[in-house]
Amino acid sequence: MKIDGKRNIWKDYQKEIAADRYFYVRSCVRQNFFPGSEKTFLRIMKDELHKDVFENAAHTTCSGIGYHSDVVPFETAMTMVARQFSIMTESGYENFTTSCITSFGLYSEILETWHHFPEVEERIRQHLLKATGRTFNKPANLSHASDVIFKFRKEIAANGKYKLINKNTGKPLRIVEHIGCHYSRMFPGKGIGGAEYPYVLVGMIEEWGGEVIDYPERRHCCGFGFRQYLVQANRGYSIASTKKKFDSMAPYKPDFILTNCPGCPMFLDRWQYALSEMEGITYGENGHGIPVLTYEELAGIILGYDPWDIGLQVHQVPVEPLLDKIGIPYDTPRKFLTMDGKMMGQPNAPSNLKFYQHE
Amino acid sequence: MNDKVIVIGGGVAGMTAAGALADLGMEVLLLEKDTRTGGHVKNWDRLFPSRRPGREVMDFVGKSMGSDVEQRCNVIVNSIIRSDDGFSVQLENSEPVTAKSLVIATGYELFDAHKKEEYGYGIYDNVITSAELENIFMEGKKLTTHDGKTPARIAIIHCVGSRDEKVGNLYCSKVCCVTGVKQAIEIREMLPGCEVTSFYMDLRMYDRNFEELYYEAQQKWGVNFIRGRLSECAENPDHSLVLKTEDTLTGRPLKLTVDMVVLLVGFVPGAETRRIAQMVGLQSGADGFLLSADEHILDNSTTVPGVFLAGAVKGPACIVNTIADARATALQVKTFLSSQNAV
Amino acid sequence: MINFGYKIMRDESIDLDRNDMRIAEYLKLHEPSIKLCIGCGSCTATCSTGHFTDFNIRQVHTFIRRGEIKRVKKEIQRCMFCGKCQLVCPRGVNLRNVILTINRAIEQIG
Repeated sequence: MKIDGKRNIWKDYQKEIAADRYFYVRSCVRQNFFPGSEKTFLRIMKDELHKDVFENAAHTTCSGIGYHSDVVPFETAMTMVARQFSIMTESGYENFTTSCITSFGLYSEILETWHHFPEVEERIRQHLLKATGRTFNKPANLSHASDVIFKFRKEIAANGKYKLINKNTGKPLRIVEHIGCHYSRMFPGKGIGGAEYPYVLVGMIEEWGGEVIDYPERRHCCGFGFRQYLVQANRGYSIASTKKKFDSMAPYKPDFILTNCPGCPMFLDRWQYALSEMEGITYGENGHGIPVLTYEELAGIILGYDPWDIGLQVHQVPVEPLLDKIGIPYDTPRKFLTMDGKMMGQPNAPSNLKFYQHE
Repeated sequence: MNDKVIVIGGGVAGMTAAGALADLGMEVLLLEKDTRTGGHVKNWDRLFPSRRPGREVMDFVGKSMGSDVEQRCNVIVNSIIRSDDGFSVQLENSEPVTAKSLVIATGYELFDAHKKEEYGYGIYDNVITSAELENIFMEGKKLTTHDGKTPARIAIIHCVGSRDEKVGNLYCSKVCCVTGVKQAIEIREMLPGCEVTSFYMDLRMYDRNFEELYYEAQQKWGVNFIRGRLSECAENPDHSLVLKTEDTLTGRPLKLTVDMVVLLVGFVPGAETRRIAQMVGLQSGADGFLLSADEHILDNSTTVPGVFLAGAVKGPACIVNTIADARATALQVKTFLSSQNAV
Repeated sequence: MINFGYKIMRDESIDLDRNDMRIAEYLKLHEPSIKLCIGCGSCTATCSTGHFTDFNIRQVHTFIRRGEIKRVKKEIQRCMFCGKCQLVCPRGVNLRNVILTINRAIEQIG
């Protein structure tokens, strides 16, 4: 593998990422399944990087899931997005940052549509005005939250307490990176590094001391395509897609998987549990599974935040083996306590996937 | 007084045109930007369809210029000035040269395979181009993987950089299909234990003995042909390559691991061609290659009186056609100059 | 094992790394004219059986060459040996013998 070959391609796909004063919109899926992750992002932005990140509670979903499942028509989606832009404008911001990758894809798609078809933009302005009395400016910059973490990866490394190195062997951790489909597949130019060899997560891994793995099914979907799983009967397609990736990455013995989408880590994590229950297969070492992290979670542990504050306890594939490899301490008795110290209950241990419990 | 003609470009087209012009009594100056003449064909080991040595053609074409053609290498053309008397070609670090007529034979370049990002050229160690394979044959080197092993399976990929909207080349490069069949046979000949699979969209066996070569590749050499365009290439830990195509004849996606991949790169309009064309005011077609005065009946002349074209400046061409074309160009130049002199 | 209400979908792609090529090799050895096939489909177009059933001789042969025997074991039985395919093949493949050879291979190799 000639890494210089990839560097030449990465050079071709660079984009402008705003440096401060972000208007932040949340993800529908992320907060439900990974509580603590978006809070971690905000904590990093405010406490470590001293940036102005503003959220307005009046913002809604972008309707990306609905749009991509043919439940919400494009006109409606565009009008909902127009309202988001209106709230951004009214709050005095012009740099739009999304937590969700599907949102990022949808906002990009809508801005491109309006760019090529100004009459559509005009029509949506009319819709929004009639429905809510609102007007809006388009954002000056649209970035995904992972773009922002990428932009400040050196600063995070500088403040970091840990590196992505196996403390027992001294070697860099072997990491699989997986970007969300909506990040650069539709508009390769809008993703750092393009669609073929994306760089946004690779850049973070390189800066934080890890080693990136390229494996044959790197490009394959993780299974979170909405049509693949929304209806229970279809979920076989979704889990088959994820399994294809695991089978392909297994010979490379990755230490963990890094993603930048709310959906990808959800299934890369949960489907390992489902596969172990349905067919008894586990990946990773000793039946522990391959832990799955997102960029904010990883940045959080690099910076030395408590793993349970980040929300890693809700991962179905236990992250403890990874924390052990890096040398990050964690307090197992506190794992399933709420923030005010009450026991929130413990999941039952799965039959095949090893699980760390408070003994 | 001999009429002076300058031929710009010392590949097969330029050399053939120069030799033919000299035979017709012109005073010929051949300008070549490289350190030696020969263009692309000097790098080609054996030529389709008979697989005869490229050296033989180069020797013949070289000899055909005899001592009558003045050849200058390492020449850079800076600009061309047209007047009633003819053309003044301004050179870098040299006195300008003048002529009554110009032949543009600056040829083509091979498609830069780096642009097909999904094929991993320049990234995965065992992905090479057809030109690099031909070089291995030419230098008599052993055909091995990047870490010196003998390959057990090689894939040849057709249409790399041609017939491809994504890289901006809609046209067919014509000669790559037969080159692929030729190289498949040559690999099988060199490494009888190595399986060769060619992935194609169509097999363009357009000229004499090409279809017979395909027949021979299947019957005698057992080359596998799978109709389906390569969509992505990925690397295994041992640096072998995983290919994904569709087996269109069964309608199913297909996966194959190979030790090496050979990309059949197509023709693109050369940077020199575009540069020189601009200097004399020549138009290009939508495909980027130069336009002649009439595609059927005046394919050697241009809309600029006195400026003629020969060879792959006009688009993908094989050696047979290029030699015939260059000779025709010489004749057109002669006719032009005779009519000029008659005035 | 838990049933969550769905099965893991099987990978339907052709995996040339894993497929069993013995019948394909047997065929190429015992009826070498099959190597000349270019997939033109003239055989299928004229096939008597092909017009009234799913039987597609071009596709069946291609599957066999890819090692996808399971898909075609039943199909290959449908040939009536009328010989029309062989009459029209532009490459001169001895198609009736191809089918006989495939049947023999399936019997011997499975």
